[in-house]
Amino acid sequence: MEMPVPSGQIIARKSAILDRFLKVLPAEAVISEPAETRVYECDALSAYRCPPMAAVLPSSTEEVAAILRICHEEGVPVVPRGSGTSLAGGALPTADAVILGVSKLADVLETDYDNRYIRVQTGRTNLSVTGAVEQDDFFYAPDPSSQLACAIAGNIAMNSGGAHCLKYGVTTNNLLGVTMVTMAGEIIELGGAHLDAPGYDWLGVICGSEGQLGVVTEATLRILRKPEGARPVLIGYDSNETAGACVADIIRAGVLPVAIEFMDRPCIEACEAFAHAGYPQVEALLIVEVEGSEAEIQEQLSRIIEIANKHQPAELRESSSEEESALIWKGRKSAFGAMGQISDYICLDGTIPVSALPETLRRIGELSNQYGLKVANVFHAGDGNMHPLILFDANKPGDLEICEALGAEILKLCVEVGGCLSGEHGVGVEKRDLMTAQYTDDDLDIQMQVKDVLDPQWLLNPAKVFPLASSASRREATTRDTAARSDSASAAA
Amino acid sequence: MYEPRDEDAVASVIRDAANASKSLSIQGGASRRGLGHDVAGAPVSLTGLSGITLYEPGALTLVVRAGTPLKEIKAALAEEGQMLPFEPPCWAAILGNGAHAESTIGGVVATNASGPRRIHSGACRDSLIGVRFVDGAGRILKNGGRVMKNVTGYDLVKLMCGTHGTLGVLTEVSFKLLPKPESQATVSLTGLDNQQAVAAMSAALGSPYNVSGAAHVPSASDGQSRTCLRLEGLAQSVSYRAAELMRQLDPFGSPQLDTDVDAVSREWQSMGAADALATESGRDIWRISVKPTDGPRVAAALEGATVFFDWGGGLVWAAVDAGTDVRSRLAGIDGHATLFKADTDNRQRLGVFHPEDPAIARYSQRLKQEFDPSNILNRGRMG
Repeated sequence: MEMPVPSGQIIARKSAILDRFLKVLPAEAVISEPAETRVYECDALSAYRCPPMAAVLPSSTEEVAAILRICHEEGVPVVPRGSGTSLAGGALPTADAVILGVSKLADVLETDYDNRYIRVQTGRTNLSVTGAVEQDDFFYAPDPSSQLACAIAGNIAMNSGGAHCLKYGVTTNNLLGVTMVTMAGEIIELGGAHLDAPGYDWLGVICGSEGQLGVVTEATLRILRKPEGARPVLIGYDSNETAGACVADIIRAGVLPVAIEFMDRPCIEACEAFAHAGYPQVEALLIVEVEGSEAEIQEQLSRIIEIANKHQPAELRESSSEEESALIWKGRKSAFGAMGQISDYICLDGTIPVSALPETLRRIGELSNQYGLKVANVFHAGDGNMHPLILFDANKPGDLEICEALGAEILKLCVEVGGCLSGEHGVGVEKRDLMTAQYTDDDLDIQMQVKDVLDPQWLLNPAKVFPLASSASRREATTRDTAARSDSASAAA
Repeated sequence: MYEPRDEDAVASVIRDAANASKSLSIQGGASRRGLGHDVAGAPVSLTGLSGITLYEPGALTLVVRAGTPLKEIKAALAEEGQMLPFEPPCWAAILGNGAHAESTIGGVVATNASGPRRIHSGACRDSLIGVRFVDGAGRILKNGGRVMKNVTGYDLVKLMCGTHGTLGVLTEVSFKLLPKPESQATVSLTGLDNQQAVAAMSAALGSPYNVSGAAHVPSASDGQSRTCLRLEGLAQSVSYRAAELMRQLDPFGSPQLDTDVDAVSREWQSMGAADALATESGRDIWRISVKPTDGPRVAAALEGATVFFDWGGGLVWAAVDAGTDVRSRLAGIDGHATLFKADTDNRQRLGVFHPEDPAIARYSQRLKQEFDPSNILNRGRMG
């Protein structure tokens, strides 16, 4: 994976730039010692690392604006960072970049149950948003697996999803408004407690723009009343095809579960060994969860079980207590940890049309054999969001490269069957160079033109999302500007 | 009138117009004619791009050409017991375009037209998962796709929704769908004032009973106010939730229950269409979005107006005397007000769309330049 060559001119001006930071931030919020910048050298895509020139941790929207104004004037690239849990390398810096972390912005600003929203600073973690309202029986719906650690800022940047988005949607469907700072340091408000926008839907394009259009410091989020109860049912099948057919039939029958999770045999075995959830030894396992009052749960489950039985399940287990429910989810929720115990892995997140599930799984199996690496599948089947985990040995030279090549083939397969490269993790650096598999040059150009509007110098998280070759002319124009500016500065000196 | 039959033809019409700096006026079924500023330019009708491209009931997804009549889509989905989640409203009557004007799906998307279920299942922009469009330079472009979870690149799908044809001409759109509820019911209260009604609606929307519609008509046909809450889903579930909701709303009066599916469905269709204001001829109609508890303040500030509330109080439809500057009366209340229907002069004078913050307006203008460099697509439609 290639990153742009850092600008020597910027690094040469490091101390002058730091001096300017220290005029607007307290000393402890400016991090520049190599021992300390190491903390920011990678995110959860830890195969790629590079310490930034500096990291700054502002405590207010105004401080964020002040920092961005300085970086804008100095031509310094800025990489915004939430909690650093990106699986796509969204917060990976370059040696000439400044990491702008929002972790100190973690307050709840306003809670309004009558109008069903909460306003928070975006460094707050996903789970602690729900934590702020759950005593009153409300919750914030999007629930990415990393919700204990991940920040709302990153959720907005990546338009994060979760297991329950079949019913509740993803971040963009639960985001009402933001306070955002542009690269030029301008503070703008988009949306609010009311619905929809008067002009163009900027909020819709900001969400999921991977920190390339602005730094979001505050967010107004929709909160919902908690359902009265929830219960999963576990259904095992002897083939992936049958499990896939069962999923389509459930969806078609008009029952809309809150979650339909799918695990294949390699994943079931790893989870079972790790979490001892009592999973049956079958080829494919579904966890289907429904919500509501006791009577509603019964009504939905009886319909789902009726459909499941038509496909002759090898196993069908309805939870009969809180403990059993927790155990059913425990296996699934520990899937990534379980895999981590037995092997190094990379986790993909391509999405496919649900109808293409059996074909896609079969072809992933073929690719896995061809490349000689095991693939375990665990995913949100209701919405087709796959999570193939490719197992490899990080200590074996060349294994990571084979793993990445297999990953690329699997993602191209997702696009080929009618899906996309990323369902919820984002493109980052990980899938950047595969974008041409899904989009034409024109399709990519129109997206980059949106960045041209908000960040004409391409300073915000510049080497992400778009293939380096596609964004080169835009990024290099900035480098030339910076060089010219630095020349004229030295001439003036 | 240009009547392209396919996407390539749309692109060629636009390229020719761009070369000649000739502006175009984009239209579907003309059921929303009069919404937005008048556009001078050669009309381009999209009704030739019609038909469902792909419908997968088992995946809850639909791909359809932009000129397809909404009626045709609803019928195809109904056959499989499915629907568009956002309940696209029919505005032909309130805009004075005749009950027979045929809404196209492209028009629905271009105006982000969303009905009462918006508070529960999101707006049109939330169900829209993919677009194909031609920009002002004649480039054929796509964004999103046909899967409901997709964060690959920027979300221009949402951006295109509600742009009134000013950033590009939609040629194909994809949606995620929902199962049509097998049962529906309305729990209603009568005689509440606006404040009480919004309090009742807030209580209902903050309950665990999945209320999918919350509207308040201050002066219904019998002269009394009527506050309506809709429940949808499986039959037993709806009757359970209706009973619980009625118990919860007891302090607000004597809740009534209507379970006649046809009547319930007609009533909510009529809410979406803002029929309560359809007889207000000669007056201007405004559509105002605020946070729900500000709804009664809006009504109070517009004394003399005929109002009706949807979205739990957050969407206020108001008929006012022609030429009234509603925005200046609402100063200090966060939100936005659209002059939904008025004559050309008043639309010109007052502006149809709520003015954007100056910084955002500047970015919007630059965005328009990027997408439509010759400024030929629906020039001036959004002001």
